[in-house]
Amino acid sequence: MIYFDNSATTKPYKEVLETYMTVSEQFFGNPSSIHKLGGKSERLLSKARIQIADLLLVQPSEIIFTSGGTEGNNLAIKGTAMMHRSRGKHLITTEMEHPSIYEAYKQLEELGFEVTYLSPDEDGFISVEKVAGALREDTILVSIIHVNNETGAIQPISEIGQFLKKYPKIFFHVDAVQGIGKVPLHIKKSAIDLLTVSGHKFHSVKGTGFLYVREGVTLSSMMTGGSQEREIRSGTENLAGIVAMARALRITLEKQKSMSDHLLTLRIELLHHLEKIEGAVINSPSSNFAPHILNISFVGLKPEVIVHALSEENIYISTKSACSSKNYEISRVLQSMGKSEQVAGSAIRISLSYENTIEEVKLFIEVMNEVIKNLYKVTR
Amino acid sequence: MNVEYILIRYGEMTTKGKNRGRFTSILRENVRNRLKSFEKIKITATRDRMYIKLNGEDHEKVAASLKQVFGIHTFSYARKVETELEAIKKGALQAIEELGDTVKTFKVNAQRSYKQFPLNTPQLNRELGGHILQNTEHLTVDVHNPDVAVRVEVRDDATYVTCGEENGAGGYPVGVGGKVMLLLSGGIDSPVAAYMLLKRGVSIEAIHFESPPFTSDRAKQKVTDLASTLTRYCKRVTLHVIPFTEVQKAIHKEMPASYTMTIMRRIMLQIAEKVSVERKALALATGESLGQVASQTLDSMHTINEVTNYPVLRPLLAMDKLEIMDIAKKIDTYDISIRPYEDCCTIFTPANPTTKPKRDKVARFESRFDFTDLINEAVSSKETLIFENEMVRKQFNSVEEQVDIDALL
Repeated sequence: MIYFDNSATTKPYKEVLETYMTVSEQFFGNPSSIHKLGGKSERLLSKARIQIADLLLVQPSEIIFTSGGTEGNNLAIKGTAMMHRSRGKHLITTEMEHPSIYEAYKQLEELGFEVTYLSPDEDGFISVEKVAGALREDTILVSIIHVNNETGAIQPISEIGQFLKKYPKIFFHVDAVQGIGKVPLHIKKSAIDLLTVSGHKFHSVKGTGFLYVREGVTLSSMMTGGSQEREIRSGTENLAGIVAMARALRITLEKQKSMSDHLLTLRIELLHHLEKIEGAVINSPSSNFAPHILNISFVGLKPEVIVHALSEENIYISTKSACSSKNYEISRVLQSMGKSEQVAGSAIRISLSYENTIEEVKLFIEVMNEVIKNLYKVTR
Repeated sequence: MNVEYILIRYGEMTTKGKNRGRFTSILRENVRNRLKSFEKIKITATRDRMYIKLNGEDHEKVAASLKQVFGIHTFSYARKVETELEAIKKGALQAIEELGDTVKTFKVNAQRSYKQFPLNTPQLNRELGGHILQNTEHLTVDVHNPDVAVRVEVRDDATYVTCGEENGAGGYPVGVGGKVMLLLSGGIDSPVAAYMLLKRGVSIEAIHFESPPFTSDRAKQKVTDLASTLTRYCKRVTLHVIPFTEVQKAIHKEMPASYTMTIMRRIMLQIAEKVSVERKALALATGESLGQVASQTLDSMHTINEVTNYPVLRPLLAMDKLEIMDIAKKIDTYDISIRPYEDCCTIFTPANPTTKPKRDKVARFESRFDFTDLINEAVSSKETLIFENEMVRKQFNSVEEQVDIDALL
């Protein structure tokens, strides 16, 4: 099997699953219970939180555990909008966000908020100037994706954050789901107020994630109840998942340090061979790209047909983002970059992890050449 | 910034003539210990400086740890260049360029311990300043109040170029000033007291009183978490946990309600003194600040302090609660301290403790009951835990968890 759909989800590390098992078995006490068993669980929870905070150079109290990226994004956006709606009802985001952001904003529009959707340039980038141009007196929140999930374009988060620092009333939310562990981002130095992370994108188990909430930022709670997670996110903590995620994050960040060249090598090899195939159009940018995502269109071919053909060979990639790729619609992200309907409607995404090898890449290129050639033959 | 070195300047102790050798060697040891988890770094120490070669370790993480070591005055991120004019010029220019456009004014501050260098200090300052001015557009020289000083230290083996400096924790290296026995309750104040004493260079052992089942495991957990957090600022914290239930029951039963608090405190000091003798600590310490609560009025201190002739250090004595809370937040003990578990001081609290206890009255009450056996029993059945690098290193008299938590993460 060749698994090149790591931006959809990743396979959990073995060590991570071991942790999950041990914690489920031996730390089943509720961290909120006052007896010894509860105390044991609470201690482990607090250790996991500290480890994650240390890895990201933030404070433990700034980590709010969630069930993943969708919850984190919804909580950040709706929580901010609800909490600060008396101050202003204008929100800013981009046309190329993940659906969990885009749809959250759409929902807020129905509730009377005004949203400006910034469109990226043709390479898929949002500039500081563009953000600056959209600011209003009543703007309260700006959400920008760090690494775009379809193209891999890295947005100038640090510059935008530094710029927004001049407007202390505007909160800056960053979706780091695709970027974490792959592209460095200094949360504090980028003056980020809210940052979403999902565990299963870096070899943790599904249903894990966290939202970084900068000290001093207040949010309305979306889940009320037993006051867990600083009352921002009630609900008995998914302790096994949280500890597993803390471990996965540590392992991934260690790999990022030692293996980021490896990912880049794989991507260069892929790009070098795939762009030569007839009909290929590269949608990922040629600079400021994440090392693990390559988006490419084969004009005239239906992307889902390519995905099916490859999966016959036990090779797994995806059409645009996995969360919505069952609806065969044209990529909103690529369209927002001004790509033609033909190109935007035929895009596939190859996404790598540190586990992938150069041998897999070589084999993939071989199969890909074959598959595309055959498909073109059939369609003509 | 592409930082290769961190250069550490020692603190106050540079004024301490003869002790200096001992002070610097203890500081070096403390720095080494604090940075133990950074496996790649290499530390070299000279008479008045330490150089940390990072070898790829993250300079900000190393810096965050360094800021917790007392005895460091300031430190700077440095690059090492050859002791050769062109290399020094290039290094100085690079260092200031990396700071970006926010820096508008600068000065060059060269030092030559290598006196054979062909240029003298003023010449070198001029040469480097000129080089920076020629090659940048946004910078001007301001010798009196520059945004940043480019420091250049010319030594015979190498030259270090630094730009700007970070403040260290100041104070004296922990371990130069003897040992203190601190009463650690689990509240906000006592960890702050520990921090301030550590800053003066003393090492700390802590004593905690627990009264199960009136106090819970988690109240004790608070204290062990506090002790372990304090090891960021010193190599080791030894914690003695004293079983106090029997003593408290006896006080409650035998002594008048308005004096139970005063008498409990007196017994705590007696126990702390006994442990101090055993552990060779030269003073007791508390987180008391004058007038904060009934036990901390001047009258109370006068009456409670009577039981010991050991010095009782009270580093927070004249501080406001808000000042203390600020420090607690800074040293990360605040969130632990505010966990809502009762400690032994708040159970059996009388409705109206006296704020003006008298020595003669206490003496009369205490003469009615002999606490000696209970006190000795409490001291001898204490549990001792040793914390190093934010972990329990050794534990006596208690069962540890079967699963190693750290292996799960």
